[in-house]
Amino acid sequence: MIKTAPATTASARIRGAFSEGRLTWSGLALTGFSILVYIFLYAPIIILVLFSFTRDEFGVRWTGFTLDWYIRLFNNPRMMGAAWNTLVVATVSTIVSTIIGTLLAMAMERYRFRGRNAMEGLIYLPIVVPEIVMAVALLAFSAIVFDVIKMVTGETLRRNLATVTIGHIAFSISFVVVVVRTSLKNFDRRLEEAAADLGADNWNIFWRITFPLILPGIIGGALLAFTLSLDDFIISLFLSGPGTSLLPVEVYNRVRRAVTPEINAISTLMLILSMALVALSQLLQRRR
Amino acid sequence: MSDSIAIELRDVVKRFGDVIAVDHVNLQIRDGEFFSLLGPSGCGKTSTLRMIAGFELPTAGSILIHGREMGITPPHLRPVNTVFQSYALFPHMTVAQNVAFGLEMRKKPKDEIARQVKEALELVRLSGLEERRPRQLSGGQQQRVALARALVNHPEVLLLDEPLGALDQKLRKEMQLELKSLQARVGITFVFVTHDQEEALTMSDRIAVMNKGKLLQVGTPTEIYERPNCRFVADFIGETNFIDGVVIGRDGNYTVLETPEGLRFRGLATRPLSDGTAVTYSIRPEKVRLLAPNGELPPNGLAGTVMTVNYIGSDTRITVRINDRRTIDIWEQNTRSTLDRDEYWQPGEAAVIVCPPDNALVLSE
Repeated sequence: MIKTAPATTASARIRGAFSEGRLTWSGLALTGFSILVYIFLYAPIIILVLFSFTRDEFGVRWTGFTLDWYIRLFNNPRMMGAAWNTLVVATVSTIVSTIIGTLLAMAMERYRFRGRNAMEGLIYLPIVVPEIVMAVALLAFSAIVFDVIKMVTGETLRRNLATVTIGHIAFSISFVVVVVRTSLKNFDRRLEEAAADLGADNWNIFWRITFPLILPGIIGGALLAFTLSLDDFIISLFLSGPGTSLLPVEVYNRVRRAVTPEINAISTLMLILSMALVALSQLLQRRR
Repeated sequence: MSDSIAIELRDVVKRFGDVIAVDHVNLQIRDGEFFSLLGPSGCGKTSTLRMIAGFELPTAGSILIHGREMGITPPHLRPVNTVFQSYALFPHMTVAQNVAFGLEMRKKPKDEIARQVKEALELVRLSGLEERRPRQLSGGQQQRVALARALVNHPEVLLLDEPLGALDQKLRKEMQLELKSLQARVGITFVFVTHDQEEALTMSDRIAVMNKGKLLQVGTPTEIYERPNCRFVADFIGETNFIDGVVIGRDGNYTVLETPEGLRFRGLATRPLSDGTAVTYSIRPEKVRLLAPNGELPPNGLAGTVMTVNYIGSDTRITVRINDRRTIDIWEQNTRSTLDRDEYWQPGEAAVIVCPPDNALVLSE
């Protein structure tokens, strides 16, 4: 059977929509307002991305498309060095903080022990402590540790990539704990009992049952830690030593002289990487 | 069925903080038996099962499986397997991987695992679903996977924790019969926890009734139903008429009690009771007979008035008032079509009830 759609004019449809209450003046105002908010949020970013392709060497006007800035960026040893440092620090701090954070999450989720409540509060503190406070504290602490090492061994240590990495681990752990605990809360512990009942010892229970089922949470936590480390500025600035600056710090140093399209280009790349990581972590969480 | 003992509980106590979940339970479960632990929620039946499985350790007492003291043996080293109420299937594994898990843990060769998994899935009629994930299965199918996953290990005892609780009524009835025939085929001792008395009566060789952590009675379904040893068991299993009174003497095999208003009833006592003991008289509704009055009361008869008559298909349920504070429920089986009986009981009619003392019990607390 063939159905023919009734012919309606556009104006009739709009009038219909009005009478059914789908299209109202307040509805239109809300739509317009929402669009404005999104423009406010995203216009600067879109312009940044756009101007990473402009021929204009001050990167403030559109004078034609080019990939020169990206090519220059890849030929800039300082920038590439900083990018490499950033990736190394992010990778190492992610691995370490994910392992420590996962173990901590399991301990807090599974066991009752003295001081558990205090520990619970303290583990989330780094999330709310202003980052500048954290940075100053870590800087002061590293100075004390270096002094002690000098007194004991006579070695003079300087801040380097290792100190930055330790700083990043320190603030990443809390975030990993938060994410992993969520997936542990959703994990049905009766599955572990079932595995034990079927002859699995603790090792097998963890690796065959618990780990695969909380893995999306662990990966989510790791991606969050990686993203946070990538774009961290304050702690990286305070804890990196001479000649070991990370990308956000390097970008800042360059911006102080002039904003060039090269900065736009590196910012665009960091944006894409961060967005890809967030998308990946969302995807993994949803697959659960 | 042999007479050897599969599981023995000796004076087992389980405390959770101040709460006594299991209170000095002594129990022997025979080899090859379908044994049910029956009781209301919180009666300690699940705690008992979990102690046998090793998930909980007794606060006091000991548990023996085939004569071996279990002590603090962890679950993975005990010769028992469990079917959980929630099934607890591993969601990240296929049906075949779920069933193979126990065999893999015991490091069986690959080809033997494959063969046994196939056999186990055939046993529960799930062949062809090997590659499915648990969430792609219906409740009944998940239940069978849980059974296969446990049975494939050939446990000395299979523990089942309300495994039919999540199924709808019809599927439940089917699975009851299937489980029973499965148990007969594999010959493994089943310890089955349930709060459903009908389920326990249908499936079990023997039943242990528990309440408030205590083991009240152990017996065959017939014993439990016909000769409950206390008021709780009589009340929990099936339906019954209760009448409170005190013992005033004996009449041959029977114990006689008198109610506050002076009615006398005779019944069997499960143990000797001295005069003056507060007791409860219990008679099942289907054991009471209802007669038309003919001027003279028969032995064990009482005059009353029919209050309500409810036809429910197989039975007619009649309530008879015997005085201003007591009624008695009577179930008459509809052996003939009531359509042909226009002279059947009507509300308001005078009637005589007869309580045969051989079918009545005098229970003390």
